[in-house]
Amino acid sequence: MSTQNTNDYVLQVEDLHTSFFTDSGEVKAVNGVSFTLKPGEIMGIVGESGSGKSVTAYSIMQILAETGRIVGGRVLFKGEDMSGWNSKQMQSFRGKHCSIIFQDPMTSLNPVFTIGSQLMEAILLHTDKTKEQARARAVEMLELVGVNEPQRRIKQYPYELSGGMRQRVMIAMALACEPDILIADEPTTALDVTIQAQILELMQDLQKKLGMAIIMVTHDLGVIADMCDKIIVMYGGSICERGTADDIFYDPRHEYTKGLLRSIPNVTNSKERLIPIAGTPINLLNMPKGCAFCSRCDNAMKICLTEKPQEIALSDTHMASCWMNVKKMAMENGKGGETA
Amino acid sequence: MSSEYLVEVKDLKQYFPVSTGFMKKTWLKAVDGVSFAIKPGETLGLVGESGCGKTTVGRTLLRLYEPTGGEVLFNGEPVTDRNITQLRKGMQMVFQDPYSSLDPRMTVEDIIGEPLDVHKLYKTRAERRDKILHLMELVGLNAEHATRYAHEFSGGQRQRIGIARALAVDPKFIVCDEPVSALDVSIQAQVVNMFEDLQDKLGVAYLFIAHDLLIVRHISDRIAVMYLGKIVEIADADELNDHPQHPYTISLLSAVPIPDPKITRQRKRIVLEGDVPSPMNMPSGCAFRSRCRYATEKCAQECPKLEDRGNGHFVACWNK
Repeated sequence: MSTQNTNDYVLQVEDLHTSFFTDSGEVKAVNGVSFTLKPGEIMGIVGESGSGKSVTAYSIMQILAETGRIVGGRVLFKGEDMSGWNSKQMQSFRGKHCSIIFQDPMTSLNPVFTIGSQLMEAILLHTDKTKEQARARAVEMLELVGVNEPQRRIKQYPYELSGGMRQRVMIAMALACEPDILIADEPTTALDVTIQAQILELMQDLQKKLGMAIIMVTHDLGVIADMCDKIIVMYGGSICERGTADDIFYDPRHEYTKGLLRSIPNVTNSKERLIPIAGTPINLLNMPKGCAFCSRCDNAMKICLTEKPQEIALSDTHMASCWMNVKKMAMENGKGGETA
Repeated sequence: MSSEYLVEVKDLKQYFPVSTGFMKKTWLKAVDGVSFAIKPGETLGLVGESGCGKTTVGRTLLRLYEPTGGEVLFNGEPVTDRNITQLRKGMQMVFQDPYSSLDPRMTVEDIIGEPLDVHKLYKTRAERRDKILHLMELVGLNAEHATRYAHEFSGGQRQRIGIARALAVDPKFIVCDEPVSALDVSIQAQVVNMFEDLQDKLGVAYLFIAHDLLIVRHISDRIAVMYLGKIVEIADADELNDHPQHPYTISLLSAVPIPDPKITRQRKRIVLEGDVPSPMNMPSGCAFRSRCRYATEKCAQECPKLEDRGNGHFVACWNK
């Protein structure tokens, strides 16, 4: 890849491995995840709990728990390798270039500081604005995210606001320094449907206005279909399929993606029986040698048990790592050979 | 006197006292005059946002709270403090959180056996064990799980234990309070299918409380929509989804993210302004009027009653 090419991306993740070292052994939460993000793109990461989607996000920000460590691979921000960065460089990266919104707006704001002081903290840290300018900016940001009476709100404490309002404050805080990347880790899971709609609408609006790239981490396929240009499906710490929304929803090519789509109620025929994925999610302490999904897969073959499938390009946008595709391709090639 | 309904709820009210200062208190009207009825073997879905009182309805129904007003009939018999222990043999509950609703110091066998002990439903130890194993089989647990503790199980399996416990007394009616909300998508489908299978096999009726409208639509025969302690619309599941009439139901349905990119692209979301008002300080008249774009003066003065608009479709709204 030429250098000019790499600068097209605001973020590149290459073969990322993140592990947690616990008393019961090494938990390989992320196993070789690679992706690229262009400026202004909205990418969705979808998967079950324990699939490594949040850990991928935390690894980019380097905000892992104490026991967690990036054990392999690298993350590049605008073509620059971040793995050698010291804590000071990381600190200026967080907030200024890349921000994160957490799942639970109830616990991610500090209860003993006012909304205003928490918003201003980020602004004062990353810009050389004066306190007065920072306060003005905080009010402006609250207005932008649709908090009413921002002048009064900045003097309030988090407990005085509703869940939807707190999540708006979190978004305002994340966007205060106009980052290039916004990571949203299950931003609407804790919210009600009508409030969720407000927040998603807001994020789409702001994305259009400010043009940042968004990584949307969620388990809700509905939210993904609604928001994202491209989608990554994760299972057991690896990417099993990636593509555009249409690729994933209308032409899923990994058995896990197919199972996931079958297990949610059909939109047009709601009474149709659900087809669940059998079994339970894998134990990350005890990863199988072959494909991570094979113990729950109906179509598992011999090779799935012993060898990890490679990621295969199915079209310009669509990639999947499943032996079924290899088999299918081999059969098609075989047929082509016979007729030729 | 028997009726065609298994459970009838008439004008149920549940107010909680909230202290608002020294020696002062007001009432939080969690449930304010709710009426509905469920036939044997039927599933009624109950949806609404958090704080609208749907969980309170379920709990008051089973007398986990003493209702402030109104009446619950089970099999035509009024539920009172006196007969509730007896009646709980017929109605049971499955709780939302499979992590906190099982005693961590009891084995699975004892958790499922407890209702049998309470109602003295066995004669010998062997009979108790047989019943427990039968229940475990019914919900898809292995016999060797009987001696384990709840913490050894995953969320989906714990929910199965909770369901087996509810089924132990062979109830005719189960209140399911968000039974799949805490589970992963792939596990949700397993548990939802199990609820359906059990209904086919045992003929139980469910009050299925949830906020995931796709799941509720899938499992329910009829759906009731609640807003701030009142039912605003109740209709057949498909009818409600295809022809919602109350402005709140319409916006609620339009806000549900649909896992289908083509449909989402064409769809227009109706985004409601503002938050749900506090139930301690409700607007006068119709509770929804502060967020409703069709609100008129009449809405401020008087609260609309549930009205039949044909085909068992009831709506509480002044606008037609």
